Amino acid sequence: MAEIVLDKVTKKFADGTVAVDSFNLDIADQEFVILVGPSGCGKSTTLNMIAGLEDISDGELRIDGKRVNEVAPRDRDIAMVFQSYALYPHMTVRENIGFPLKLAKVDKATMKQKVDEAAQILDLTPYLDRKPGALSGGQRQRVAMGRAIVRSPKAFLMDEPLSNLDAKLRVQMRTSISRIQKRLGTTTVYVTHDQTEAMTLGDRIVIMRAGLIQQVGSPQELYERPVNLFVAGFIGSPSMNFVPGTIAENAVDTVLGKIPLTERIRRSLEGHKDVPRDVIIGIRPEAFEDASLVDGGRGEGVTFTSQVDIVESMGSEKFAYFSLENAHVDSEHLAEIERDTGSEEIGAAQLVTELDARSPVREGRALEVWFDPDSIHVFEPHSGVNLTAGK
Amino acid sequence: MAITARQRSGWTVANIIVALYVLIPVVWILSLSLKDPSTFTDGHYFPRKFTFENYVNIFKVGGFGRPLINSIGIGLISTLIAIVIGTFAAYAIARLEFPGKRLMLGGSLLIAMFPQVSLVTPLFQIERSLGLFNTWIGLIIPYITFTLPLTIYTLSAFLREIPWELEKAAKMDGATPFQAFRQVIAPLAMPGVVTTAILAFILCWNDFLFAISLTSSNSARTAPAAIAFFTGASQFEDPTGSISAAAIVITIPIIIFVLIFQRRIVSGLTSGAVKG
Amino acid sequence: MTSEERASSRENLQQPGRLGEGTVATAGPTAVQKPKVSEGRRSERKLAWMLCAPAAVVMVVVTIYPIVYSILLSFQRYDLRFPNQKAWIGLANYGAVLTNSFWWHAFAVTMIITVVSVAIELVLGMALALVMHRTLIGRGTIRTLALIPYGIVTVVAAFSWQYAWTPGTGYLAQLLPAGSAPLTQQAQAIAIIILAEIWKTTPFMALLLMAGLAIVPDELQKAAAMDGASTWQRFTRVTLPLMKPAILVALLFRVLDAVRVYDNIYILTNGANGTSSLSIITYHNLIGGLNLGIGSTMSVLMFITVVIIAAIFIKGFGTAAPGSDNQGRR
Repeated sequence: MAEIVLDKVTKKFADGTVAVDSFNLDIADQEFVILVGPSGCGKSTTLNMIAGLEDISDGELRIDGKRVNEVAPRDRDIAMVFQSYALYPHMTVRENIGFPLKLAKVDKATMKQKVDEAAQILDLTPYLDRKPGALSGGQRQRVAMGRAIVRSPKAFLMDEPLSNLDAKLRVQMRTSISRIQKRLGTTTVYVTHDQTEAMTLGDRIVIMRAGLIQQVGSPQELYERPVNLFVAGFIGSPSMNFVPGTIAENAVDTVLGKIPLTERIRRSLEGHKDVPRDVIIGIRPEAFEDASLVDGGRGEGVTFTSQVDIVESMGSEKFAYFSLENAHVDSEHLAEIERDTGSEEIGAAQLVTELDARSPVREGRALEVWFDPDSIHVFEPHSGVNLTAGK
Repeated sequence: MAITARQRSGWTVANIIVALYVLIPVVWILSLSLKDPSTFTDGHYFPRKFTFENYVNIFKVGGFGRPLINSIGIGLISTLIAIVIGTFAAYAIARLEFPGKRLMLGGSLLIAMFPQVSLVTPLFQIERSLGLFNTWIGLIIPYITFTLPLTIYTLSAFLREIPWELEKAAKMDGATPFQAFRQVIAPLAMPGVVTTAILAFILCWNDFLFAISLTSSNSARTAPAAIAFFTGASQFEDPTGSISAAAIVITIPIIIFVLIFQRRIVSGLTSGAVKG
Repeated sequence: MTSEERASSRENLQQPGRLGEGTVATAGPTAVQKPKVSEGRRSERKLAWMLCAPAAVVMVVVTIYPIVYSILLSFQRYDLRFPNQKAWIGLANYGAVLTNSFWWHAFAVTMIITVVSVAIELVLGMALALVMHRTLIGRGTIRTLALIPYGIVTVVAAFSWQYAWTPGTGYLAQLLPAGSAPLTQQAQAIAIIILAEIWKTTPFMALLLMAGLAIVPDELQKAAAMDGASTWQRFTRVTLPLMKPAILVALLFRVLDAVRVYDNIYILTNGANGTSSLSIITYHNLIGGLNLGIGSTMSVLMFITVVIIAAIFIKGFGTAAPGSDNQGRR
């Protein structure tokens, strides 16, 4: 059980590139922290520095208040689960799980008991005498987990442990990782590039980009109050819609019409000096509803009518896509997310709305959609700062 | 994939050509070794009169037993030592980060392409002054040196195939670098080590230049050198039969290796080349 | 403390930084002080050096020391038959060797053997590589057979060729007009030496080329076929360009090996009738003639020749020195 503190931790490679820049984070005992971001953002490097597999160029790493920058990985008492599982192919499952204990010179009886215990937690008992080559992907993943939990380390580090599994198994393993972590109460740092995994697993999420922390917070905070365009675009699926807007008096002019500025938004804009006239407006797909299904409070909302391009029915809800003219948002902040996910939807002149399953929406027909003006986010277009995130 | 008749005949012809290319010189020396001495000059490819006399003679009269033992002993000892110290170096080169790695690689490449004849004189001089001339050790030392580059290159190619994360995992599991090597990497590298050992042994077994330069009698002379000296012996007999028989004797281990370890030898020889 | 309380109590909002020049600039001052090498990294280095030490020591003692010794000898008059006349004579040995027609003759012979045999080996080796790589029947058998010339002792193969061309004895000599003795004629003897070299080393060349063939993806061949390329076009336009690195490495290995040609010549002619290679002439001066000064000079000149050839390959053709890569580290 341990508290991990990263104090201005920096990683600079020999060629001068800065992979992680002044990373500050206090990880509490028993906490489950997720490092998330697009590939190359420095999340794995950060994890490797905590593990001791990468040298720390600058700053200090403390575990339980003790500086461990120069401590070898084996003396940090931290376990790690790798993306490839890194199971030893020449050892049986029992030997794999028991390896850390064998290295720690634990006596045979204790070792057997601990391995059996771990195997039971992970439902691996029938496979103890098999070699990793004879196991399925999910079983291998569990062996990797077993090797981590068997010696009750101070902390678990997990480097995209689920990314080699198929979608269904991934959801299953996600739950069991969460359950094991709660049960053992071991401090955990978990790296992923999958925002859904991040949102569902973590007590706290650290969003990284190009070696810098963008925002740290609970899943709910990141979803409701993203500090900038990058976080707003990264968190949430489907992604937040972005349209250009012009502030005029008490409203913003957009292709969706004139959106009045609510009391809350006006106040948070006043908190910033030099609010530009041209801004970027962000609205989550979930903020929309089919206007015909909104009864009360409709008067306070904004409506917008356009022809529906595509409808995707998910059963529990429907997604309706609209194309917007002259509404492309060109931002470096969003471009990076697009590059990483390979999609071109974010910032494109397209609007995604999530509607109630009862909506009679049809492709090619016009539809009136409604949204609450208080649900919009106003971003400064150059720095990408969310002017409405509040404090 | 079904093979058409045309493909089958085409590949059969290609295979036969390869087989003839390889076998004609080898079978010729075998034929010679089985020919009765009176028929050496009949010019026929296959023997008309068979005899095993040549084989008996090289051991009974020619004293070929001793050079054969020298070859086997020197080859095995050199290979063993080269493999042990070569594995250490290959591991460091393939897996660890350290200043001097390029120097190490460059140095062994330099030795691999070095004209061995340039070393003959200095070694001849040094070994004579140290009393190593015409001894097993006198040959083992240069053999180790010249098999090391091959050992280091081939093994580091094999070691690179072992996933990095296994070592990181071992470190996280509490292993020292040596424990990671000993308990995780070494067992996985065994097939590569065996392959490399075969290649190194073939290299030692084949050597001729050092064998004739650094020995003066059968006490350390290896088989290839001994065969060459069959000619120089002032025997009244024609040495053709003895040479051929001895040649076949030292070819047998190679054929056995090739038959058993074909796959491994091929992968060993090709592994270094692809990486380049 | 619940996780939510913890999260809010530790709320740690940071102003997002901009990427680009700014980040690098702020990291500037830290780059000046040497970063502390961690215990892990230091123990890694120590281990690496310890592991390399035995190999390095052996290689240095057995080669570097003799090389230096050779270079020193090359500046001396030192003939074991006249040990009293030993003296430092500067570059006189080099003058003597470089103006000696025997040296240049051996040089020419060596180069002819190297160029002709490697050129033919490349063509034959490519054909053999294609057979070994693509044959649909008996692939294992063919590969096993091809390894025999590679593994066989050079001296054994050389004797086979010698007897084959010996008048009266050999099956090949039978094919020649009566009274001809090819191994005593310079041109014919060199041709036989080249033949022996080619036979022995083509399989090695073929194996290296096969490694190159194996990295050309099958799908590329199929794509080229769909694009309308004939078999020959696929080979010259797709396979060969992709194999270039493997071909260059194979050529480098073989050329450096051929320049040292010794065993075959020793058995077939022992350098008689103008068939001496550089290795043979050097050896004769050293061990036969016991002229250490001249012999060492020849050694050094041979070494320089080898280094020049390697440099041409590596710098001129961009041949990658094997093992120079360092992939997979992070």
